[in-house]
Amino acid sequence: MTLVGRRWFCIAGAALLASFSACKKPGGGAAPGGSGSVTTNESSGLIVGHYASLTGNTAHFGQDTDKAVRMAVDDANASGGVLGKPVKLTTLDDRGDTAEAASAVTRLIDVEHVNALIGEVASSLSLAGGRIAQRRGIPMISPSSTNPKVTQVGDYIFRVCFIDPFQGKVMATFARNTLKLDEVAILKDVKNDYSIGLADTFKASFTALGGKIALEQSYSAGDTDFSAQVTAIKATKAQALYVPGYYSEVGAIARTARRLGLKVPLLGGDGWDAPELFSIGGDALNGSYYSNHFAPDGASPKGKAFMAAFKQKYGTEPTGLGMLGYDAAALLFDAVKRAGKLDGAAIRDALAQTKGFEGVAGTITMDKDRNPEKAAAILKIVDGKAKYEATVGP
Amino acid sequence: MEAALKKPRWALRAVVAAAAIAGLYAAGLGVQAGFIEYVQRIILLAGINVILAVGLNLINGTTGQFSIGHAGFMAVGAYAAAFTGVHLAPHVASLLGAGSTADAVTFNVALLVGALLAGATGVLVGLPSLRLKGDYLAIVTLGFGEIIRILLNNAQFLGAATGYSGDSAAGLPAYTSFFWVFFWVLVVVALIRNVTFSQTGRSLVAIREDEIAAEAMATPTTRLKVLAFTLSAATAGIAGGLFAHMQSGIRPEDFRFDKSIDMIVMIIVGGLGSISGAALGGIFVAVTLEVMRDLQQYRLVLYALLLIVIMLVRPEGLLGSRELGLALFRRSSKKPGAT
Repeated sequence: MTLVGRRWFCIAGAALLASFSACKKPGGGAAPGGSGSVTTNESSGLIVGHYASLTGNTAHFGQDTDKAVRMAVDDANASGGVLGKPVKLTTLDDRGDTAEAASAVTRLIDVEHVNALIGEVASSLSLAGGRIAQRRGIPMISPSSTNPKVTQVGDYIFRVCFIDPFQGKVMATFARNTLKLDEVAILKDVKNDYSIGLADTFKASFTALGGKIALEQSYSAGDTDFSAQVTAIKATKAQALYVPGYYSEVGAIARTARRLGLKVPLLGGDGWDAPELFSIGGDALNGSYYSNHFAPDGASPKGKAFMAAFKQKYGTEPTGLGMLGYDAAALLFDAVKRAGKLDGAAIRDALAQTKGFEGVAGTITMDKDRNPEKAAAILKIVDGKAKYEATVGP
Repeated sequence: MEAALKKPRWALRAVVAAAAIAGLYAAGLGVQAGFIEYVQRIILLAGINVILAVGLNLINGTTGQFSIGHAGFMAVGAYAAAFTGVHLAPHVASLLGAGSTADAVTFNVALLVGALLAGATGVLVGLPSLRLKGDYLAIVTLGFGEIIRILLNNAQFLGAATGYSGDSAAGLPAYTSFFWVFFWVLVVVALIRNVTFSQTGRSLVAIREDEIAAEAMATPTTRLKVLAFTLSAATAGIAGGLFAHMQSGIRPEDFRFDKSIDMIVMIIVGGLGSISGAALGGIFVAVTLEVMRDLQQYRLVLYALLLIVIMLVRPEGLLGSRELGLALFRRSSKKPGAT
């Protein structure tokens, strides 16, 4: 080790130590002055913590959501803030990792002293963070975790998207009441909880409405050959085929169906919602329907205004995740205003009593399990594009 | 002469161990009272990292084999411990009455089951593959880690991709505390230290320095390598169990290939082949990433930059192959050994 090398090493070490001691201060001192650009003190207004995957495998989820949450905070502050004080937002990155998500949430609570939390997109990360939020009595709103387990963690955990199985009910209602179908076949992914959940609720709702399930077939994610299942379904009197899987297999299933002469429309859920669906499925998907959280061309005036504002600010169209992120933040501000104070339990109670809150991605009424009752959009595929068809209520 | 010397040494060791445990307990109470939960969390994560790094160092540092599947062993330990804990807790509670004693018994039995299963997996992977060297072994261990993760992804009774968190909505019980993490840190460090400075340890170093020469000296290289592998896997299993009961839930994605790389970073930054170096590396990784949290997405860029600077300035790692703080220990233990 040369002298120069050692000096460099010392500088690096000193820099590290300095940053560590700078970070320690808020924990030790009585005044919880935050680090970085965020300063907090007891007399300030609402402090919101957002934990999201800004890096890692699901970085685009977190980044889309964070942009929208920031917009919601800016909008709230432009109109006078919440409870007369500006809202402060601190976003922490969790790398899409459960241990990091738990650390980030603990930090937001202990160091940044947040009054409420927003996060995450992935259900497993919402579970990791939610358990801590529940234990510490901090209300949390997940913008887009659809796994039913998330809000079962406890009474402080809410969400603004509908849960997976609800889509099965929506599609069953649409197929029976709007398309007037009598017999539908199901092709589900047996290795996927999401697909099984949707298929089961579809079956229950469709038969309850007087319809009949012609045949139930299954596949596993990653399969490439579906001709056996399609042939079996073709032999039945099914007027449509419900495929609540992900876009990668759905595209291939649609092509197989058309190749083997099965001409009935395909029905699906939000797992279809990816541009790749059309590159894989091509023309084979024309005339099919799927349910989704919202449809860009079927948005309410409020939703359209948000989309225009988002595009003006960031230069791109907001994704569904972005719309839900905005709703999570806006609903939180609304609840805090209704609660009239920043107390965790009071915010929780206000959130639980949410009725008819008009968000950019639909109108939200919380049910007793802290899941929103909201309408889903049905999209029809026409000429390789998804077009808004109908809105089906809860 | 020797027997007479041995007795007080055992007594002395018992006293030292008791004092260490009492000190740990007191420190645990102090940490719980003195630090916010966030800082406590970083300390626990650092402790778990120390176990992982010190364990991996036995293979990668001391024995000189390149394993990049350590996260797989950690996953086996984590899932085994979590599963055992969930199913054992009611029985232990009915036997001892619910309370902290029952929790401690359940937790430690669960950890040991995790360690045993991870160790067994170590034998299973090690026996056929440790005849391979260098890059080839690395590929095999990498494949093994991925196999474990994919199996867990498809194991319905372990929650598949959503992960395992027991039956309660609150997730796995939070057994992991300062005391238990650092109790196991002490156990693992003592175990690895004793192996490293024993005849077996010397043989492991011989394998690292020149495997053919070691074999020529009648060193059973494959058997020793499997031994190191198994021991290392078992310690990773313990770390996994501690992690699971701190995290309230585990999922296969927690034990991705990146996690193995994180562990390799720990031992290389700390100094390959040095136990205290590995421990320091483990703490370094846990603390650095947290300290830089305010930098948001630029955090990982700076972290990578820091690693590059360290490697340029100190290619041998922070401590090199030196041991920190063990010099005193070694001198006192050498004297009786010389008789």
